[in-house]
Formats: sequence, structure tokens, C-alpha cells
Amino acid sequence: MGQNIETLSQKPPAARKRKGWSLQRGETLSGFLFVSPMLIGVSILVLIPIIATLVLGFADWNFVQGFDGIRWVGLQNFINLFQDEMFIRSIRNNFIFLLTVPIYLLVSMVLAVLIDRYVYLKGYFKIAYFVPYVSMTVAVAVVWQVLFQPSYGPINEMLKAIGISDPPKWIADPHFALISIMMISIWISIGFNMIIYIAGLQSIPKDLYEAADIDGANAWTKFRRITFPLLSPTSFFLLVTGIIATFKVFDIIAVMTQGGPIGSTTMMVWYLYDTAFVNLKVGYASAIAVVLFVFVLLITFGQWLAEKKWVNY
Amino acid sequence: METREGLNWRKLVVTILMFAGSVLFLLPFIWMLITSFKVETDVFTYPIQWIPKHWNAIENYKEVWFGDYPFPLYYWNSIKVAVITTVVSCLISAMAAYGFSKIKFAASNFLFMIVLVTYMIPGQAILIPQFILYRNIGLFDSHLGLIMLGSFSVLGTFMLRQFFMGLHQEFIESAKIDGAGHARIFWSIAMPLVKPAVATYAILRFIWTWNDYQNPLIFIRSDNLLTLPIAIQKFTSMSGEFYSLIMAAAVSAILPLIIIFIIGQKSVIEGIALGGVKG
Repeated sequence: MGQNIETLSQKPPAARKRKGWSLQRGETLSGFLFVSPMLIGVSILVLIPIIATLVLGFADWNFVQGFDGIRWVGLQNFINLFQDEMFIRSIRNNFIFLLTVPIYLLVSMVLAVLIDRYVYLKGYFKIAYFVPYVSMTVAVAVVWQVLFQPSYGPINEMLKAIGISDPPKWIADPHFALISIMMISIWISIGFNMIIYIAGLQSIPKDLYEAADIDGANAWTKFRRITFPLLSPTSFFLLVTGIIATFKVFDIIAVMTQGGPIGSTTMMVWYLYDTAFVNLKVGYASAIAVVLFVFVLLITFGQWLAEKKWVNY
Repeated sequence: METREGLNWRKLVVTILMFAGSVLFLLPFIWMLITSFKVETDVFTYPIQWIPKHWNAIENYKEVWFGDYPFPLYYWNSIKVAVITTVVSCLISAMAAYGFSKIKFAASNFLFMIVLVTYMIPGQAILIPQFILYRNIGLFDSHLGLIMLGSFSVLGTFMLRQFFMGLHQEFIESAKIDGAGHARIFWSIAMPLVKPAVATYAILRFIWTWNDYQNPLIFIRSDNLLTLPIAIQKFTSMSGEFYSLIMAAAVSAILPLIIIFIIGQKSVIEGIALGGVKG
């Protein structure tokens, strides 16, 4: 790198002449050139599509009809949505799924504190708990599918061995399917959240703990009085990203349950996919997309408000 | 205050307990790996054989890789899509990041706001228009289309912009005085300086693309263009009860990630911690 600067500085100073307002114009031009690939890509692949989604939400349309087949139906899609049992069920499941967030936050925080302060081989633990997060969801889901197999899968074999004669059928059972998926989701999410918590712990001043030691505080008191409150910005950040992530859950449902059995694991994005790409109801699915968008927007807005009010960095 | 010795002893106990916890945590992976080494009839024997009685590893992997299912093709598709997406995405994000942080120009803030706003839009809310767009401009069912979907990353732009802002403006100014244009400064001065950040982002982008299930599901139709996630799912439904083969395929699909992750774990973990990045 130093070499680069040297070779550049050997250039004759003649190039310095281009100055004045043309210089600023040159800057503007280069600026646009540098950011334009990103801007063009984002405009075509994100901005225009989101506008199209908002528009299509008011249409009744099927992919195969071609553009001529579009019929404008006003708010009808949205009215239908909120009388659509499957959609209501999807939203309800989305809200139940929110429960995973505080659970994995708590587990991740405890693991982070333990790994940061109380163990040898930190590097190993960071990797070990992080592996599910980097692994391919599909491959992981396939493994869990086999582990959860009701009649001869390893999990139920183990449960039977310790005396539970009638173990749940997990993802094949409408009462347990969503919980099973939630458990897997928690398992996958722990690594990511733990890493962020470990980063958060680095920013807590060490002398606070030293002062607490002098006062004879035990580990629990230190956690309750120092670690937990000082991690609150991190927790808040992870809570928001976690909530938004639950609204986007899709892969694991698509691979493991396809929304079933009898709709017990349907979630908003799954229902959107099913409506749009299986049943080809574009307008109706766009209305679901609008609802999804509004949810995420509300959460982001709420985050912004709360950040202004409570969190002091 | 505790003595050094007492502390170490306690630390040792916690380490052992945590180690046991981590083994339990990784049990699904261990089960997957061991199952891929077994003969099919041993897969569901109980108690679970943690050390296979009959080794069948070579045959299983041979069957997956060189059997009737075109596994190598899907592997190659995954490598191709993931590598190209990563390179293109790094370049576009780095350019935008440089433009937004190191070049002062009119409308820069406004344009950055636009990019920022798109970050709040959940990818799934725009799937339908993207699908319609792709069908009409001929990008549907092509690797190019798939690559483009992963190439314009707002997240990458944020991450790299953060690092570019940390570069001293003097580097840029002095290079400019010496007559270097922005293209040259970007490529031979700024990029080498933020190489670690680019590497972090590149690893993450590679992992995300490699694992991506949703985009190939919607934007790819031809069998010969599939990437691994869907190929694995298809293989699973085709192989039915041959769990040892399914697990061998799953291990094969995950292995490059684990290797990349272990090699690059320091920068991955730092990058994630730094940016609070989520796929």
C-alpha cells in the first residue's frame, strides 16, 4: 500500500491544473458513476417492485391471464383477507412465533456471559454455537425431519426409552408442529445473537466489575446490576431484528411442513408464497405482501420512536 | 475476592459443563455425519450407534456423487452462482460505499437515503413484481437472474461504507493532488486498505447465497439449473427411505460452509458483531 502512494506521488504536478468549478463537476460525475450500479439495481429490483406490490394489492389477477386480465377491485382483497381463516391463522402463528425471540435472547445472553467470562477455549465455543446459523437451512431441516420422525425417529426412541410411552408426533401432529418448528428456529438463532451479545459485552467497562468485586458482589448481583442493564441497547437491537426476522420465516416451513398439518404451521410468508406461486392469485397475494410490508414498517417505526425515547448510547 | 486458583477451578467446571452443552447442541450435526457413514439398515437401530458397526461411508458418498442423481452438476451450479454473486456484489457494494463516503457530490445524501429506505422493505413483499419483471425481461429461469437478485446488497454497502469512512481523507486528497482519479484511488488505495472488511462481507455473502432457498425456488424452473438447497430437498423426496444417502448429501452440501467458516471465522464473527448483520 505504501508503495502505491509512492508511485502515485512520482507523477508530474502538471495534473494539478484541473481546478475550480470543473473540479466539482468532475466530483459529481464520479460520484454518480460510483453509486449508479447500486442505485439502478436497487431501483429496478426493489423500489419499482414495492410500488407494483402496493398497486397490485388492489387488483384481481391471475398470472396466466396476461396483463389484460387485470381487474381492479378496490379494497376487496383486504376485506377478504381479514375474513380468510387461513390468513388469520397465519397471522396468529406469526404472533405465536414471536415467543421464540425472548427465549433465544435469554439463552444467547447467558451463553455470551459464560463464554466471555467463565470458560477456557472461548474460540471453540463461539464456533460450536454458531454452526447452526451458518449451515444450510434446508439440510438442517432435512436432518430434523428425520430426528422428529414419529414412529422410529431417534428423538421419540429416546423418549420411549426414558418411559414416555406416547411421545408427541412432532411435526406430524397439529398440536406440536408449530412448537417443533419454533424449537428448531431457536436452535438456529442462538449463535447469531450470542455473537452480538459477546460484542456488546466488550463495551462494558471492566472497572465496573472491579468496583463490584470490592463491594463483595456475587456473580448474580453483577449480572443483574451491571451486565443486564448495560446490555440493554444490544438486547433492544436484537429484539427488533428478531421480531422482523420472525415475519420473514419461510425456508424451514417450506421444507418441513408446507404449512401443515391442517394449516397448523402456516405463516404469513408461506401463505403469500402458496397464494401467489401455487394458486396463482397475484392480486390477493400482493395484498398479503402489503400487510407484511406494513407490519415490518410499523416495527421499524416503533424502533425508531423507542430509540429516541429510551435508549441512550 | 477469589484467589486465582479458586477461580481457575470454577472456570474449569463451567468449561466442562459448557462443553457438554455444546455437544448436545451439535448433536443433530453429529447424528447427520455418523448416519452418512452407516449402512441403511443401521440408521434407526436403538440405542443409537454413535460409532457405526458397519461402515459404509465410501459407498454412500459414491452413490450420492456418482449415482443416478446429477449431484455434481448441482454442486457446480451452487459454486458458480455463489462465487459470481459474491464477486459482483462486493464490487457494486464497495463502489457505492466509496461513492457515498469519499466523494462529495450534490444529492449524495438524498441518494443514500433512497438506498437506506430500500433496506426496510422485506424481500418477500416484492417477490411477485420481481417474478413478473423477470418473466418479461427474460431473466426468469437463468443463473444470471439469480445472480442479479443477490448482487445489489444495501447491507454490504452499509458495512463497507462504515469502513471507508474510517479511512483518513488525507489519503484521498494527497492522491488527488498527485493526479489520480477516483477510479484509480478506489482500486489501488482505498480497496487494499479495506480488504479485511471486504473479505468479511464476501464470506457472509457467499454463505447466504450458498444457502439461499427462496430465490431458486421461485426464479428457477429447469432441473439442470438448480442449486443445492432445492436439489437436496428433491433428493430427499426421491430417495424416500434412504436416510444414509440423504445425510451424505446434506453433509456434502454443508461441508464447504463449515470449512469456509472455520478458516474465516474470526472475520465472520467480527463482521457480524460489528454490523449486527443478518441475512
